[in-house]
Amino acid sequence: MREILILSGKGGTGKTSLTAAFAHLASGHIICDLDVDAPDLHLILQPENRETEHFLSGHEAIIRPDDCERCGQCADACRYDAIQGDDPPVINPLKCEGCKLCVEICPAKAIDFELNHCGDWYRSTSRFGPMVHAQLFPAEENSGRLVALLRQQARAMAEAKGLDLILSDGPPGIGCPVISALSGTDLAIIVTEPTVSGRHDLERVLELCTHFKIPAGVIINKCDLNQEQAEGIEAYCEEHQLSFIGKLPHLTAFTEAMIQGLTITEFSSNGVRESIKTIWDNILKLAAPKPVLDRAADD
Amino acid sequence: MIVAVASGKGGTGKTTVSASLASVWPSPVVAVDLDVEEPNLHLFMNPAISAQEPSYIEIPEIDDEKCTRCRACTDICQFKAIGIFGEVVMTFPEMCHGCGACWTICPEEAITPGKRELGQILSGRSGPSAFVMGRLRVGEAMSPPLMRDVKRHLNGGSGYAGRDIIIDAPPGVSCPAINAVMDADVIVLVTEPTPFGLYDLALAQQAFAPLGKPMGVVINRADIGTRDVYDHCQKTGLTILAEIPYQRDIAEAYAKGRIIAVAVPSMRALFETLVGQIKTLHGQPSMAREVQHA
Repeated sequence: MREILILSGKGGTGKTSLTAAFAHLASGHIICDLDVDAPDLHLILQPENRETEHFLSGHEAIIRPDDCERCGQCADACRYDAIQGDDPPVINPLKCEGCKLCVEICPAKAIDFELNHCGDWYRSTSRFGPMVHAQLFPAEENSGRLVALLRQQARAMAEAKGLDLILSDGPPGIGCPVISALSGTDLAIIVTEPTVSGRHDLERVLELCTHFKIPAGVIINKCDLNQEQAEGIEAYCEEHQLSFIGKLPHLTAFTEAMIQGLTITEFSSNGVRESIKTIWDNILKLAAPKPVLDRAADD
Repeated sequence: MIVAVASGKGGTGKTTVSASLASVWPSPVVAVDLDVEEPNLHLFMNPAISAQEPSYIEIPEIDDEKCTRCRACTDICQFKAIGIFGEVVMTFPEMCHGCGACWTICPEEAITPGKRELGQILSGRSGPSAFVMGRLRVGEAMSPPLMRDVKRHLNGGSGYAGRDIIIDAPPGVSCPAINAVMDADVIVLVTEPTPFGLYDLALAQQAFAPLGKPMGVVINRADIGTRDVYDHCQKTGLTILAEIPYQRDIAEAYAKGRIIAVAVPSMRALFETLVGQIKTLHGQPSMAREVQHA
């Protein structure tokens, strides 16, 4: 089984629109949206939700005011300044990390420690195959754990259905959820754009791939925005022996397709579809299982 | 006044708006990049960096001699950062949230705080503005503690007193984004009029509304897409503060790392008006609530 993850570092480079197009072009695959914080892939793929599960993770400390003796030890010990006021003190859930220190040290045992329902996740079907996705509730944490759970579920589903490819849309950035999405995946595809921000963020996300020893390929979207930057990125890929997978011009059709709930490969019948097909074929070549060893492991 | 420029969806133009606001603000500001995972504000403001300091989180260091393997630390740790396997005690520094529970409760005082580098805090000047950014170490998962450290730096710096602060926030609506907007007086949400823009704007609104701060919207690439974002803003009482048109010259200036309020003549007036709009919002309890009550 192979896992291909689409990343970008910088948001808004076209990750999700391209993942949707790849989901259309691929076969024998499971689709997974690992941007659990601000997921958008479902807006194009419009999956039917088959099963909804609660995501319970982490705890939240809550002071019972009737039992609290106002000693102030909890507020002094809290490293997150989460405990505010003194009559009675109240724990700010946005600041609480759920570390349990206050619960443990409270002499009156007046602090409850409740499991957090911080999101929902779904096993769905889309017109391009099964899909696993989630919605972390706004302002919640533990996105890394939810990402790990989705990947685990995607693998289990792929195995049960005899599918050998997991195609995942990743979150922006390089922090917790990205690391959770990236570690141990087979191939990362970075969608960038020829802007100073795109280039800067590309280098950081590529450094992260190197850190975790994940092979990476690069796509330049909106390549006609700045010719010089685009050439610079291509040269950078060559210099660092990174696979340059292809480029696409700035296309208003991406927005038009999105508005209709279509992938760009369904919406555009002209050369655009062919260009994206070529890019997808290049990705598949890059993701092809290495002979002998991996095959044996997969079987 | 502290203004946080945020968005649910990435790539909507947060940094463009932040840099432009800083450049037209009537008094010198402190421009702060709290998108520590992928900071970009410096690429536009080109600050002269005069100080760089590492930021650390405290993690447990265990004295093997003193430790009696009582498991008080492994029982309390919520982040699986300490393990005892037979007689072997191990820490997993990258899992640690730096809460200090383990060394606070260890009955043998066998645990002392060590440190893990989260990243760097860089500060300097860009024209009349002070500039501060956090930059997460590549491979480090936790951005909120670095963001908190950047905010501590702001509170401690004498060069920042009395100035308005403009915060370039990270995308999304989970803990890093909340951390960035939590101390703001006004939240400016940047979006685009597309289905993705609308969906993520609504998430950001839900996430930030409980903070009870005045919020307004800047619509970027205002002439692409549909009217749905406008309808949504009207329905939920969210003020549209400015609309930035989709223009090739804006996109090209951005691509080169130029501040559009400076590089594109028509944009200066637009951002000056936006400053006025933000100042009007400031001090109003919450636009959304007022309209719903009306």
